[in-house]
Amino acid sequence: MPWNRLVSQPQTRWTAATGPDSDVVLSSRVRLARNLEDFPFPHRMNERQARDLIRQVEAGIREVNLMGVCPPVELYRLDDTPYLDRQVLVEKHLISRELAQDARGRAVAISEDEAVSIMVNEEDHLRIQVLAPGLDLYSAWELGSKVDDALEAKLPYAFHKTRGYLTACPTNVGTGLRASVMVHLPALVMTNQAGRLFNTLGQFGLAIRGYFGEGTEPIGNIYQISNQITLGRSEEEILDHLQSVVQQVIGHERRAREHLARQMKAQLEDRVGRAYGILTGARILSSEEAMRLLSDVRLGVEMGILKGVEARTLNELMIACRPAFLQKLAGKELSPFERDLRRAALIRERLVA
Amino acid sequence: MLCQHCSQRPATVHIVKQVNNQREEYHLCETCAREQGHLGLEPAFTLPNFSLQQLLSSLLESDPFTGFGGGPAAPRAELRCSFCGLTFRQFKEGGFLGCSHCYEAFASELGPLLRRVQGSDKHVGKAPRRSGGVLRLRKELAQLRAELQEAVSREEYERAAQLRDRIRDLERRIQAGGDGNAVE
Repeated sequence: MPWNRLVSQPQTRWTAATGPDSDVVLSSRVRLARNLEDFPFPHRMNERQARDLIRQVEAGIREVNLMGVCPPVELYRLDDTPYLDRQVLVEKHLISRELAQDARGRAVAISEDEAVSIMVNEEDHLRIQVLAPGLDLYSAWELGSKVDDALEAKLPYAFHKTRGYLTACPTNVGTGLRASVMVHLPALVMTNQAGRLFNTLGQFGLAIRGYFGEGTEPIGNIYQISNQITLGRSEEEILDHLQSVVQQVIGHERRAREHLARQMKAQLEDRVGRAYGILTGARILSSEEAMRLLSDVRLGVEMGILKGVEARTLNELMIACRPAFLQKLAGKELSPFERDLRRAALIRERLVA
Repeated sequence: MLCQHCSQRPATVHIVKQVNNQREEYHLCETCAREQGHLGLEPAFTLPNFSLQQLLSSLLESDPFTGFGGGPAAPRAELRCSFCGLTFRQFKEGGFLGCSHCYEAFASELGPLLRRVQGSDKHVGKAPRRSGGVLRLRKELAQLRAELQEAVSREEYERAAQLRDRIRDLERRIQAGGDGNAVE
């Protein structure tokens, strides 16, 4: 896909809003950390080594395409890409904030359908990531593992017989697998149960994070739940554990929604209706307010209170109304106030249409 | 990536300058950034953004079992990775290893750390087809041993004898470091 198209359309694989349990789960992600032997880890590389490594990875990508494990994958060198473009990829969840920050000697390979993205020279030499809409960890893992096999056929992976796949940080060593699920939990937040639930997750060896991963705040009642342990458990065990805990979280959220629908029907409908009213009528919308109201509208859609709005539209809006995307759309840098104006216009246009 | 200025330390400071719509980016280590006046003169003191790496290095500092850390009790020769030159002290400070060979160079120290952070120091799960020969054999061996035990407890002695032969064969192959056929 041409770079410019990649960074100017808000649709991406996970915004499809299909997939199992999509009334609570936005997306599932599987990420495999891999490194090559005989290169220092990225934080200790110079630019020449980084470029040499990217050249080797190109051979791996050719193999992925040859084996046809997913739609065609294209490699983009990030060195000369505009900062704003890279931020758009962060907003689409295709690359990490860390990769976007420093583009020197870095690259990303993305499949045509944007399900697979392979970050090159982030914290590890390779971060193979598969995104899927809904709760779909196993198919994401299956695809990720196939991409991994194809790359491994061409690249000498750093693997140790007892430590497994070697990574820059010992918190990723072993399977190198970080699986995460993005969940929308407005009813648990409204009924003040979220905090307790999150404490429990920690005891189960799972981490709960914000919308953009580690070190970020939750936005619009959206949380990311992921495994913490990567060593001493097989990939299947890690996924089974996460899957079963997430299913319980989904169950709790659904029960909280039913409770709200029974006990506070009028208040709930009022909240959804007001959110929709503001989003379709406002002329100035901050990012924070937009995400909060989009969450209310999403709840209305997921519970069947609000008809005529599609979940995929809401997903795309969550990308389209972020700062970098708005500026990309405008074709220039915008002040925060200009962004608030354009954000309101964009949301109004998409929701009313 | 290393610092643009000194090419010695990892770049941790990212500076973006915007003048008349011209964006300039710099990626420096903290020392160079300070020398070039990009950071204030006062020593950097901010509440740390509590990350896994920081937690890791604090775990290392306080590990009573391995005895390393700032205490005067156990002076030891500085561990250094012969491939990339990273010292164990640098790992403790930054939380990142320098290359895959560091895992061997610091093996004795990493074992206890991994058990604390990950609850285990042994990988189970996927292995690359190319380097996984012995590992795959070991897994098969564990499986066969379990089967043998079951066969014995059911008094299926003929089957137990077959299993025992296969186990001996596997043990020989593992001893030999895996053979060519073992890769698949």
